[in-house]
This record gives sequence, C-alpha cells and structure tokens, in this order.
Amino acid sequence: MSEGGLQCPLPLRQYPNVLLAHGGGGQLSRDLLHHLFLPQFENPLLAPLHDGAVVEIEGRSLAFSTDSYVVSPLFFPGGDIGRLAVNGTVNDLAMCGAKPLYLSCGFILEEGLKMEDLQRVILSCGEAAKEAEVLLVTGDTKVVEKGKGDSLFLNTSGIGLVERPLLPKMVKPGDAIIVSGTIGDHGIAIMSVREGLEFESEMKSDTASLYPLVAKLLDSCQQLHCLRDPTRGGIASALNEIAGAAGVGMVLEETAIPVRPEVQGACEILGLDPLYVANEGKLVAFVAKEESDKALEALRSHPLGKDAAVIGEVATGQEARSCPTGTVVMHTAVGGERIVEMMSGEQLPRIC
Amino acid sequence: MKYLDEYRDGDKVKAQLKALQERLTRPWQVMEVCGGQTHNFLKSGLDGLLPEGITLVHGPGCPVCVTPIELIDKAIALARQPQVIFCSFGDMLRVPGSKEDLLSAKSQGAEVRMVYSPLDALKIAEANPEHKVVFFAIGFETTAPMNAMAALQAKQRGVNNFYLLAANMLVPPAIAAILSARDCQVKGFLAPGHVCTVSGYVEYEEIAKQWWVPIVVTGFEPLDLIQGLYMLITQLETGSWKVENQYRRSATRQGNLAAKALMEQVFSVCDRKWRGLGPIPASGYCLKPEYADLDAEKVFQIEDITAEEPKECIAGLVLQGRKKPTECAAFGKKCTPQHPLGAPMVSSEGACAAYYQYGIKLRTS
Repeated sequence: MSEGGLQCPLPLRQYPNVLLAHGGGGQLSRDLLHHLFLPQFENPLLAPLHDGAVVEIEGRSLAFSTDSYVVSPLFFPGGDIGRLAVNGTVNDLAMCGAKPLYLSCGFILEEGLKMEDLQRVILSCGEAAKEAEVLLVTGDTKVVEKGKGDSLFLNTSGIGLVERPLLPKMVKPGDAIIVSGTIGDHGIAIMSVREGLEFESEMKSDTASLYPLVAKLLDSCQQLHCLRDPTRGGIASALNEIAGAAGVGMVLEETAIPVRPEVQGACEILGLDPLYVANEGKLVAFVAKEESDKALEALRSHPLGKDAAVIGEVATGQEARSCPTGTVVMHTAVGGERIVEMMSGEQLPRIC
Repeated sequence: MKYLDEYRDGDKVKAQLKALQERLTRPWQVMEVCGGQTHNFLKSGLDGLLPEGITLVHGPGCPVCVTPIELIDKAIALARQPQVIFCSFGDMLRVPGSKEDLLSAKSQGAEVRMVYSPLDALKIAEANPEHKVVFFAIGFETTAPMNAMAALQAKQRGVNNFYLLAANMLVPPAIAAILSARDCQVKGFLAPGHVCTVSGYVEYEEIAKQWWVPIVVTGFEPLDLIQGLYMLITQLETGSWKVENQYRRSATRQGNLAAKALMEQVFSVCDRKWRGLGPIPASGYCLKPEYADLDAEKVFQIEDITAEEPKECIAGLVLQGRKKPTECAAFGKKCTPQHPLGAPMVSSEGACAAYYQYGIKLRTS
C-alpha cells in the first residue's frame, strides 16, 4: 500500500477496484478526489474545487477547465456526445464567470467505429462550437483496438477570460438560490434511450451553452456570488458541494423546484429522484436576496432561462439550528422537512 | 401530475393530520410494513408532523433487506463462474455479502448486469446462447408474478440457458412472526398496498382475527399514508380489529387472480430464512419440481454455501421494528450508504438508508 506514496488507505482498503460509482459524481467520487487525487496534486489554484481553475497571467484572469465524455449511446434525443463535450467545457468555464474562448478536443476512437458516426460527431462539435462562439484551436486523435474502448470517448479542455470572479466561498447567508429551468431533463433522456424505455412524449437532453445566461446575469446583478452547472449527481450534489465549500446551510422549497411532468413521471417509474438526475443545460445561481428579482428577469429574458425559479435560500442565523453548516434541508410539499443528501453511489432503479 | 399531485396536496394532508390529532386519546405504536412506505414517510417529511402519541416502527417489507446474506454469497459465487451472465435488479448490487457485494465482483471481472425485469434477463439468455444466464429472483409477492412469467416463458420458448436464483418471500408469515414475539409492542399495521394489489388481503384477515390486531392496506403517497394512519388509529381507539383497505384505487380483497394463478403454476410455498428474522416456516416461494432444471441453486450446486450476518449490524432488530436505525451504535459512523454493514443501509427501501438520506443530520443536530 505504501507504493506510490499513498497516505490514505481508506478508499483502497474498502474498494480494491474502481467501481462505476466512483465516477458518479456523488460521495464515492468525492472520496476518490479527496483521498487519492488531492493529496498528490494539492495547490492553491486547485483548492477551490470549482468547475474550472482561475489562473492569473500578466494581470488577466483566465479560467481553465477540462472534462471527458464517455456517454452511451453516442446519439440521443436533443444532442450527442460531440455537442455535449463542447457545451460541457464551455459551461464549466462560464460557471467561473468567464467568457469561453478556445477549446481543445481529444478523440479516442475504437477500431471499427463507423466513419459515418465519427463524421456526425465532428459536425456536431463544429456546430456547437459555432453556436457557443468558441474556437476549437487544437486537438488529438488516438485509435485503440476493438474491445479496448466503447466506440468513442471525447475530451475537451478550454480557456476563457474571467469577467468577474465567482466562487463557492463567496456565497453568503440570505442569498437566493435560483435554478435556470426544469431539472433532470438530460439524465432522463439518456436513460430512456439506454434502457429502451418508451414514453408518450419524447424526452430531450437539455444540452446547451449556458454562457448567454451567464452574460445576462453578470450584466444585471452586481451581487451574483456563485454559479454551478448541476451535471452528474444533479442539483442535490451541486448544492451539497457548495454548502460544504462555502460553510453554509441551505433551505429549499420542494414546490418551487421546476420539474417537467414527463421527467417526474419517468422518475416515479424508475424510482429516481429528479434532484439527483443529471442536467447539461441548467445552472444554479447564488444571488443576494435583493437582486433575486433582477436575476430572474435576466434569466427569463432568454429562451434557455424561461422556466427560471427561486428554489430556496442560503440559511441565515435564525435557521442555523435546524440547518447546520454543510447541510441542505428541504421544506416538503406537505409541510414537513427533510435533508437532501449528497448522492451516494449510482442512482439505481428500484425493484418494486 | 395527475394521480400524484392530488396525493401530495399539502392542505389535504394538514386537514387529515388535524383529524388524526383529534382522534388520538393515548399513545400507540404501529408498524408500516413496507420499506417504500418508510421512505415516503421520511422523504415527504410526514414523520416529523405526526402527533406525539404515535410511534411508527418500521417493518420487514424491504425485499433487498430481508434476503439472507448467504444468498448474496451464492449470487456472487454464481456471477464469478465463467460462462455465467448474472442479472439482477439494481438495488441488489450494493448489498454486502459476507466478503463483498455484486458490484465489487463486477469490478473484478464478473459478468453482472442490471436489469429492470426478469423478462429482460430472458432476452439476454436468448441473445447469448453460449452463456448461462442467471436471474436473481428476489422480492415479495410483487415481483413473484414476473419471476414466474420468466420461468414459464423460458419453458415455452425452449430457452435452456436461463436459470433463476429463486428467493421470493411472502409478507403475511413475516407479520405473524413479528406478532408472535412475546414482547411485541406493535398494536396495528399499515399493510403494503402493492403486495396486496397482487395477493389480495384475505390472508391478512386471518392475522387480524388471530391476533386481534387492526390492519389497514395502505398506499404510498403522503395522503395515502396519513389516511391509512387515521383509519388505523380510529380502529385502535374504538377497539376494532379488522382489515380495511385505504388503497382502493389499486388493491382488492382477492388480488390479481391472473398473477396468483401464474405464481401457483410455477412456485410452491416453502420455508425461507430471512436476514435478521431467521427461518420462518412457509414464508417463501420455491420453484416446483417441474421447473427444477431452471433452479440455479440445484443446477450450479451452490446449496452448501452458508454465511453468518455481521454481529455489529442490528438489521434484524430494525426489520422487526424493535430498534430504530438511530439506536444502532454503527449508524452514520461505521455504517453509511458508502460503507454499509447491512442491507437496510443500502436498499432504496431500507429503513437505515431512509434515516440517513432524509434525516440523520436533522436528528443529530
């Protein structure tokens, strides 16, 4: 166990092999990050554990982010792996308060992949980049033997110019918590294709560049404190991460959270909670309470933000007793209270 | 959303809570049998709104929780055999066996697949004739008809590489077992609505009569739960012990006759060992002799595998309603959903998981 200088034996002892849940965005992903990666990579720029890093170069703040895409199937209603990869990194940069500028794109192809499929993905990357007004300025292609990769994996990295710094630690008690639209659309769209589930209306992924929404928020709100795009692990995991990083509690109103009826229905059937289902075109914003109306107006003025809603607030002093630091509490539809925990493991469908 | 929102209506729930409070003259301990009900009590926050006099204890109705540890070990042993594709409902994959769980076996190369229905496993068998496909047939009366259908269709279509690791359990014998404990404090039961939709509730009438205990067949939404409790408390306060049906939109007295006929065709009632509760006579389904060639335990000769539950885990007491999850020394410390000691901390219907997921921090702050 001492090989490689690993100091913390916990995750290795408990899990001699990597599980799928280590990549699920929940508690096990967090354990992996904190016990395996961070002890080796630790530095002040990495420390905020935000969607991207913010680095200073000759007086300018640059946001820098990377993400890999392994979605299956490659094509799904509302998007495909190419569009997802471009928008994903664009959004990670936007969440740092940056205007995304340049992207790299690395392709790992499995021998036997249909040329036509590759072409479709490349076209889609190009279109998404054009729509997001970013340039794909460098790239790489590798081919692995058949059986050594699942048809196509993608990695994108990107840089953007920070317009105003936004960080989890800037979140303050009393801040309004705003979501830019309906939650869970992407995860359910993917799951319905992957599992061959058919519903009356087709569910589409919400994959989109969020920079236009961010630009509007930056313009209209001086006290915009933090942004996060709730991808893997859904808004539950995103809010828990920020509550932990900012050292605050949060209170959500269940009835205020926008969920499409078809997504709610699919979640009921599969035994999932939309709070934990992935999004690819939604953001959560933390804004000072007095600016929450302005923020809503700004978001709703764009088609991507038409369903924006205030879903709760960062706990203030009075609530702190029932909502301790690092905790997300929800006022339920029937007037009760419950905790919204970080996702643990993969969300698995129920059996009866 | 229709058929959901009306059962989650805050005003109606509040009105029913008020009626319940007015009905109550003394404390009562009652059990919701099904883990789905436990989860929804906590997920909706309803548990915190109940009048003080009502103590809810959580029952054994979590199929994943009561599946004995040795069966998990058998499942893992099967999954590790070359040529075997082991199919299971997702819930089962993270339940700890005596050494590891199915997901760990998968990460080490065992062919484990998550399916939504045993019929999907049957399709996998047809598509992979060179493999032996085993389905982990767990659950209560709710999953038994699907398991029976898969066995029947395998026979009809001549699929000879499909097997069941049969582990279906029956709810009424478990309720009777809980009542038979000399110090049982449970005075009434919310019976599981989905189970009764399949099996009906004639058997529950026998239990009510024998033990003088009121039973209300209850649904799962907040309004179902609070209405079921109101009906149960009304019976207790008026000295009545009959079976009532709150979940009339789904459950009937006779149940689903087609499903029951199917189960009788494929399964016979047998003794079963329950995790935490021990062996209970006539509490499960086994494949009938004419389906013995589908019986994974017999075909793969894994009948001899035995295992003991870890001593630290008080799952048995939790599943009998004798202890609350938070009364366990390991709860939230040594035992969490990431590192579970027992099944109730893993399953989406387990009481320990519900306490952890929806309330641990509120309760301990």
